[in-house]
Amino acid sequence: MNGERVIRSGEWARPVRPVRREVLSARPELDEGQPPLLFVPGFGHGAWAYAEHWLGHTAARGFPAYAVSLRGHGGSGPAPEATLRAYAHDVVQVAASLPRQAVLVGHGAGALVVAHALARYPARAAVLVAPVLGGWATFGAALRRNPLGTLPAVFGGGLRLSRRQLFGRETPDADARRHTNRLGRAARRAQWELLTGTDPEPPVGGPPVLVLGSPDDRVLPATALTRAARRYGSAPLLFPGMGHDLMLDARWQEPIDAILDWLVKNPIRGEVR
Amino acid sequence: MPTPTEQSRPDPEPATLARTRDGRPVSDRGDTVCVIGAGASGLTAVKNLVEHGFGVDCYERETGVGGAWNWRHDRSPVYASTHLVSSRPFTEFPDFPMPDDWPDYPHHSQLLSYFERYADHFDLRRHIWFGTEVIRVEPVAEDRWDVTTRSTGGYGPERTSRYAAVLIANGHNWSPKLPRYEGLEQFRGEVMHASSYKDPAQLRGRRVLVVGAGNTGCDIAVEAAQQASHCWHSTRRGYWYAPKYVFGRPADQINDTLLALRVPLRLRQWLYHRTLRLTVGDLTRFGLPRPDHRVYETHPIANSQLVYYVGHGAISPVPDVARFDSPTVELTDGRRIDPDLVVFATGYLPRFEFLDPKVLGDDEGVGRPRLWLHAFVPDHPTLAVAGLLQPDSGLFPLAHWQSVLFARLLRLRTTRPERAAAFAARARSGAGERYAGPVKDSTRHWFEVGHVDYLRALERALRDLEGGK
Ligand SMILES: Cc1cc2nc3c(=O)[nH]c(=O)nc-3n(C[C@H](O)[C@H](O)[C@H](O)COP(=O)(O)OP(=O)(O)OC[C@H]3O[C@@H](n4cnc5c(N)ncnc54)[C@H](O)[C@@H]3O)c2cc1C
Ligand SMILES: NC(=O)c1ccc[n+]([C@@H]2O[C@H](COP(=O)([O-])OP(=O)(O)OC[C@H]3O[C@@H](n4cnc5c(N)ncnc54)[C@H](OP(=O)(O)O)[C@@H]3O)[C@@H](O)[C@H]2O)c1
Repeated sequence: MNGERVIRSGEWARPVRPVRREVLSARPELDEGQPPLLFVPGFGHGAWAYAEHWLGHTAARGFPAYAVSLRGHGGSGPAPEATLRAYAHDVVQVAASLPRQAVLVGHGAGALVVAHALARYPARAAVLVAPVLGGWATFGAALRRNPLGTLPAVFGGGLRLSRRQLFGRETPDADARRHTNRLGRAARRAQWELLTGTDPEPPVGGPPVLVLGSPDDRVLPATALTRAARRYGSAPLLFPGMGHDLMLDARWQEPIDAILDWLVKNPIRGEVR
Repeated sequence: MPTPTEQSRPDPEPATLARTRDGRPVSDRGDTVCVIGAGASGLTAVKNLVEHGFGVDCYERETGVGGAWNWRHDRSPVYASTHLVSSRPFTEFPDFPMPDDWPDYPHHSQLLSYFERYADHFDLRRHIWFGTEVIRVEPVAEDRWDVTTRSTGGYGPERTSRYAAVLIANGHNWSPKLPRYEGLEQFRGEVMHASSYKDPAQLRGRRVLVVGAGNTGCDIAVEAAQQASHCWHSTRRGYWYAPKYVFGRPADQINDTLLALRVPLRLRQWLYHRTLRLTVGDLTRFGLPRPDHRVYETHPIANSQLVYYVGHGAISPVPDVARFDSPTVELTDGRRIDPDLVVFATGYLPRFEFLDPKVLGDDEGVGRPRLWLHAFVPDHPTLAVAGLLQPDSGLFPLAHWQSVLFARLLRLRTTRPERAAAFAARARSGAGERYAGPVKDSTRHWFEVGHVDYLRALERALRDLEGGK
């Protein structure tokens, strides 16, 4: 919480360019004053990944739900030169446009984007789902499991994740194929930053952070999950048997219910006095 | 959540034993912090104090948020055409950006909507008592404060509440600074201060004299050039009229590119002079006086149009006013001019009418507080002032970090009193410190700060407080 950066001459001097941003949403029928959730997809995914199940379910449980497509993904404007900073900017822009202070939920490399966004927006809480926080170790694990899909990323090619990496055994083949066909790719520079980039700055406003994932994730090794949770002072919530894309898995409902239960149980800062 | 109204204001609890000097009960608000004003500085203070776990009562004498940027307020100094002078990235709060599809220099109505959204997003209104004016702030035992309020306009009874701390965010751009001149009372034309200037229609067809070349004076002179039948622009010195754009980018963004590279002030000044020389040209050729100082030694002007209209003959630059002489005005070079409307764009003075000036270290009562970081009060560790700055850039990020620092300090008073004590010692030794290069002697430069120098000092204070290096 402490040690925030105060001076950002470089960033002030070079503001991120605006872009058209796709935001999908599902609103509860009755506004019960719950904080909105903003879902951030991982590299290659768009807001569509959450529109499949999680947005509707979140709204049905009384929380306004939004999902953004990072620039160059889904229905957002093209951005071949995008950086992690531009992605985090997209998240903060959408979060600040919501009527109330939002909970940020990031999946995969989207969790890294959220971690960066947390330094620029005082989220009410944050949830990192199967977080790929980057670094060469993550890369090594991905390389071992899918050498042909991963290696080109180093040389600026697209990172291709296979069906077997993304989905658990229970996900019907047809669904898995449909989702895999929708995958796009992140910008080259952002991919490179995922491998080499610096750690995110500390979050502002001291939000509670929940980390969850599957021990059987074939993109993210279980050790990385534990390490990510430890960084935020907790242990990960585990969903054995699921693939990397928890929100598209056959058992998609378990993790989202766990997230919403956590939000309900966790006294959210600013509410209690 | 009910909106606070007059009826639901913090009521004196029956159990309170304390009384004011005139015998009224004092309502004890415990650890709650009082914030005075719900302009940009007050709003960010409320947000940051709540974020740090404090209860907050904010009093605002107007009926809405936004302070100076709420043109509906009687005391708002903005006029119809006001746009930011500092570009968007320097002006937005560091953790709540303005929409990135807004222009580089948004309009004042956009600023108001930004503050309204900030207040709603962080649910700040439930802490704000609108239409309530603070009329007295007095120190009591244990570094606590008695704050007396009443309905704006003097209606209704006075109420006094006791707070653990007070943050003053009352703004310093609303109380006009009006120079005195011989013969002004007898002058037959209309005379106004820029604070009552709202709309170019007020200038249409008139013979207008604008006094002062701060950003206000320059804006009004440009409008007079377009609307009035004649415009004289009187300045008591020459200035650097810097354009809003250089090399196709907002000028402050170019400047910070240099700051990011840690280019020293002298070199930046030289580069700036060169750039102005090459783009705007030699100002004396336009009949403007030669600046008596280097750039950054007066509060920066950002106005691309003034020199342009001088070049069109639509603005006549003239020297200082010597005296008023019923139908005419005599200038210091002996010339006489005959305006029928005089606009004094001579700036504003700070005012803390609810506080004994000595509390803020203004022992002579000249109106100039003596603080550390222009915010922290020697010998009053639970009192601070936010937004009392004249930055060469946007104010809101600076005000944000001021209130973060104050919130951290208040928290440490209970958890790590020795660090709070070290901070207090620093406030005593650092009172009166400056955070800018040399500036010309003028009341307008009392609070002049270079944004990077100032933020560096604030950052250091934050780190020291946290026990860092
Ligand atoms: C024409 C003009 C243009 C400007 N342009 C820029 C710009 O481009 N960029 C920039 O950064 N700054 C600019 N400024 C500076 C401007 O002052 C700040 O942007 C900002 O408005 C300061 O905010 P504040 O909250 O400190 O004070 P204010 O906005 O003045 O707010 C103070 C609030 O306190 C309330 N208050 C005062 N006394 C009491 C009391 N006794 N009891 C209860 N409430 C009280 C007032 O009603 C008001 O709402 C400009 C100023 C002017 C005059
Ligand atoms: N966003 C915008 O477009 C915008 C617009 C207006 C104002 N602002 C901001 O608002 C603040 C106030 O600006 P301002 O222009 O109203 O006031 P200001 O900056 O204080 O400028 C006052 C001007 O009047 C002159 N002056 C003062 N007293 C005088 C006297 N007795 N005789 C002759 N001249 C005198 C000053 O000259 P000296 O230099 O000699 O003291 C100066 O030129 C500043 O921070 C400014 O940047 C922003």
